[in-house]
Amino acid sequence: MTHSVLLVALAVLVVIAFWVGKSRALSLAGGSSRNLHSLPGYYGLLTALWCAIPALIVMSVWSLGQDAILTHLVTTSMPTTLQLAQGSSHDLLLNEIRNVVAGNVPAELARPEVVTAAREYSRLRGIADLSLAALVLVVALFGLFVVRARLAPTLRARNAVERIVELLLLACSTIAVFVTLGIVLSVVYESLRFFHAVPVHEFLFGLDWSPQTAIRADQVGSSGAFGAVPLFLGTLMISGIAMLVAVPVGLFSAIYLAEYADRRLRSVIKPVLEVLAGIPTVVYGFFAALTVGPLLRGIGESVGLDVSSESALSAGLVMGIMIIPFISSLADDMISAVPQSLRDGAYALGATRSETIRQVVLLAALPGIVGGVLLAISRAIGETMIVVMAAGLSAKMTANPLEAVTTVTVQIVTLLTGDQEFDSPKTLAAFALGLVLFVVTLVLNVIALKVVRKYREQYE
Amino acid sequence: MTDIANSTVPPVPPECKTTGVVTVPQPLITARGVNVFYGDKRALKDVSIDIANNQVLAMIGPSGCGKSTFLRCFNRMNDTIDGARVTGSLQLEGQDIYEKRQDVVQLRARIGMVFQKPNPFPKSIYDNVAYGPRIHGLAADRIELDEIVQTSLKRAGLWEEVKDRLAAPGTSLSGGQQQRLCIARTIAVNPEVILMDEPCSALDPIATARIEDLIDELRASYAIIIVTHSMQQAARVSQRTAYFHLGDLIEVGETDRIFTNPRHKLTEDYITGRFG
Repeated sequence: MTHSVLLVALAVLVVIAFWVGKSRALSLAGGSSRNLHSLPGYYGLLTALWCAIPALIVMSVWSLGQDAILTHLVTTSMPTTLQLAQGSSHDLLLNEIRNVVAGNVPAELARPEVVTAAREYSRLRGIADLSLAALVLVVALFGLFVVRARLAPTLRARNAVERIVELLLLACSTIAVFVTLGIVLSVVYESLRFFHAVPVHEFLFGLDWSPQTAIRADQVGSSGAFGAVPLFLGTLMISGIAMLVAVPVGLFSAIYLAEYADRRLRSVIKPVLEVLAGIPTVVYGFFAALTVGPLLRGIGESVGLDVSSESALSAGLVMGIMIIPFISSLADDMISAVPQSLRDGAYALGATRSETIRQVVLLAALPGIVGGVLLAISRAIGETMIVVMAAGLSAKMTANPLEAVTTVTVQIVTLLTGDQEFDSPKTLAAFALGLVLFVVTLVLNVIALKVVRKYREQYE
Repeated sequence: MTDIANSTVPPVPPECKTTGVVTVPQPLITARGVNVFYGDKRALKDVSIDIANNQVLAMIGPSGCGKSTFLRCFNRMNDTIDGARVTGSLQLEGQDIYEKRQDVVQLRARIGMVFQKPNPFPKSIYDNVAYGPRIHGLAADRIELDEIVQTSLKRAGLWEEVKDRLAAPGTSLSGGQQQRLCIARTIAVNPEVILMDEPCSALDPIATARIEDLIDELRASYAIIIVTHSMQQAARVSQRTAYFHLGDLIEVGETDRIFTNPRHKLTEDYITGRFG
């Protein structure tokens, strides 16, 4: 609560700073903005920015460090008997104290020394909040008055403001970079922990996947095998089926839309295809699990085939349908980007429409289409919801699309959902799988983007 | 010359009839009363002219005068434009170009076309030239095809420059070379007429001079119709010149006569740079 009050106070101060800066600049210039280097608003903005930014920085640094310092103070103030607690029991104790402070645990139920510590903690936090508020307001006012004192008609306020804005934009863009980096590093770190327990070659080339490990020594059926090849095969098969559906259908519909359809038809078909892209994957998932799966099993039964109701085929087919608009709109763009002059050249030589499309237009658009297909493959590999619902869990080594298979993404989901201990190879395996997935899609995307860019350069 | 010119194009006087002689003895193509409409807009008005063999006809006129539109009538390239409609009569050796039974593929094999911007296919130099012969089945075997490619490149004056890299992509050539490649591609089909739509407007002066020399050589074997914005070019390469103005064919005649002694006021104003 105190933080939000503080923020409101700071906001008010910033608004005041703006008006102070603006009117001060105007009065320095004798009331006429023509004597100023920049528009009066820039002097206001500069004052406001110098008022807000240092204060906000102080506030966030303080908030980051506050808890650690308070905890340390509370710990040292506690009776020595409690201080002796080490490691996890120490953490437990701290948790207990925090719970009492937050009111999650009524004080009557807690141990007296914990209640004492909690009181101490609350007291210290009150002091900390007050001093933070004081410090932030002082910093803000300091910024305001320093800038106000330095305002002069020759001050290049516009340039300074634009420099600050540029730095703010830079900070925002680096946030994305650092977050990505952080995610990658954490995945790599957890994977390395996994590879301490399970050798890399066993994970990448092992043929047996059963990640159930024993929690207690007396449990049965808990061998824990981490050979990921069945998962890779399952992923490959489902993505393969998906691409078999999506590439021809998507490509041919793109050719029709770009080369044959008249404007009226195009204006109907293209939006409908784009609606297909807007359907949430979970909807595709239950479409696969509840409609396509049973349908395929029924068809299989009628011709005497044994089709599992969770089959690679149903998941692959539905995933293919999901990817159709992706491929068709990308291919449509690529085909439309082929210059009309190339088509004219072929027509003028007496080529028919289909000759022109097959031998000239598609040839010219090919690199772009290949890039689009690679992007689509990386999407198929990373797709989760459809396969979770429709592909099944059994990590079988099979080439039969009518059987249930499992994929890398499905296993990541099952490894990490529910109550799990986070240091067993079972859960860490999810990070290793994630790392493989990340590397594969990254490589595919980089190749695809390179191919597409090269193609674009050719015609611009 | 053009920068002192008045950019507003004067209107055509009513009841405009083409000045000069539109007919030639033994014409290869005869056009009579040709109109082109883009939707409701009439882009070409009652144009009649004969095309002679072994001769270059230059079509000149200010932008939007209909000369490119008229050129695209000969090989029915206007078919590819939505809403374009052609009326009147166009005959190639007595055969109606716009007849219902006319096979466009065969027509375009007889009437080739070179475009404003070089447009080589994304194929090798060899395949660019071999494309036409292949789709029309002109070569019985690879040896014959090699020969067609070689003679076409030679006639286009490109052979010496590319004979060692026939497998290189056509797009790797310079602009002037690409345009000569497109000419080689056109003559590989062995047409009777070559249409050229401002073939040098995207080229530098040296490449332009080479193309103009080439046009002069090709005249021995083909009827050539060239649309150009450059009056000097028309004077250099053509034997006959047609002046178009806002969709009307104003004047036709021997090139020398048109440029030295234009009979129509509009022609005179255009070639002396009063507008355009």
